[in-house]
Amino acid sequence: MDNETKIKSENVDFFYGKTQALKNINLDIYKNQVTAIIGPSGCGKSTFIRLLNRMNELVPNTVLSGKISLDGLDIFDSSVDPVDIRRQVGMVFQKPNPFPKSIFDNISYGLKVNGIKDRSFIEERVEWSLKKAALWPEVKDRLHDSALKLSGGQQQRLCIARSLAVESKVILFDEPCASLDPISTAKIEELITELKKEYTIVIVTHNMQQAARVSDYTAFFLMGELIEFGKTQDIFTKPKDSKTEAYITGRFG
Amino acid sequence: MERHLDQELTDLKQQLLKMGTLVEAAIFESMESLKELSIERVNKIISEDRVIDEMENAIDEQCLDLLALRQPMAIDLRFITMSMKISTDLERIADLAVDIVQRVQDLVGKPLLKPLIDIPKLTKLAQQMTKDALDAFVNKDAELAGSVILRDNEADKLRNLVQKELVNDYMSKDSSTASRAVPLLLIARHLERICDHATNISEDVIYMINADVVKHHPEKLK
Repeated sequence: MDNETKIKSENVDFFYGKTQALKNINLDIYKNQVTAIIGPSGCGKSTFIRLLNRMNELVPNTVLSGKISLDGLDIFDSSVDPVDIRRQVGMVFQKPNPFPKSIFDNISYGLKVNGIKDRSFIEERVEWSLKKAALWPEVKDRLHDSALKLSGGQQQRLCIARSLAVESKVILFDEPCASLDPISTAKIEELITELKKEYTIVIVTHNMQQAARVSDYTAFFLMGELIEFGKTQDIFTKPKDSKTEAYITGRFG
Repeated sequence: MERHLDQELTDLKQQLLKMGTLVEAAIFESMESLKELSIERVNKIISEDRVIDEMENAIDEQCLDLLALRQPMAIDLRFITMSMKISTDLERIADLAVDIVQRVQDLVGKPLLKPLIDIPKLTKLAQQMTKDALDAFVNKDAELAGSVILRDNEADKLRNLVQKELVNDYMSKDSSTASRAVPLLLIARHLERICDHATNISEDVIYMINADVVKHHPEKLK
């Protein structure tokens, strides 16, 4: 089965000041697949994922060269609105970050900011996205409670629902389960597996077993370089590069 | 970086080698009992077989624990999963050594139907293939493992020769020879099965070393 490329990185170099954080990254993120990015601390995986929705622009004194395309269009082109990219390519962070608002308003906020005023449309969309994020049964009777009262796992699913509500087609996860207990982690992983039927997912994780459980493709980064990319089952049973093998077998941390 | 898992993998390897040594001894004992046409060694072979059976169980458990508790990847994962398969093949070889000596029991006290020519060749092949398969495992020698696989055809030919001769030249001409021919036929069969198991072990060793799947594809080795 041929995969369609959703996001393409071509010859991407990235610098924090004079320090080169990413070196010549060429990587295709396939549509409706889960791509895991693994590698030791400082390898550039979070830096890379933040390029995919132009979050790097929020950091001063950085330089990017190369090209990143979403559906064939350069996301850094001067004609492109970064806010629109961030709507299309949502992000879920390590620490859940619900707005200090009600559960309902967390989701409706993005819709209103995008100019939607129709109340019944908003209500429908809130329900739809909470259902899609597997959170609806737990919150349907308390939509106007503060989101901050939710558990960590619930907050994380709320953050996912926020992206879904504004019709993100790609969702980036940066170590989404790092602060969650095993049961919440399992629920998020199940949700990711379900969501990939309609969305493209990229997940940065330092947990190799999670990458093995949840992803279709895995990219191994080391010191700013993409060392190996392939189907997850191949990376974890017969990696081609000895550095990949050394990392995934724990021979170096 | 030295890992706790490295010691555990070394232990697993040692267990397999211990098992391999016992299995090689079992083949030797069964061959000697065939040469001597005596069953003096039969009790020893049967009690050793029970030890080998227990080792297979212990190795399976060791491997399962490693899979559950260490979540091994890549070469470690291949090593552990292939170790489980290799221990099964070794246990089957030991069973076949017992089967051979039980066929010898059927021949004791009766004159040999004919001088044995092909069966000794087959016994030598079985012993050598098993030894080479185990050496390939110890030394991570994919080439040696490949040579074992390529010898399996020879074992099949020798078994077919024995079968043909016993059926065409003896049993079909004189049915009373069956009581002496059939055990020989079965011994040849058991020996050929030992060669098959040595082949399986070699295929698993190749996969363990470099993830090449040659199982059921010996043409890949030529």
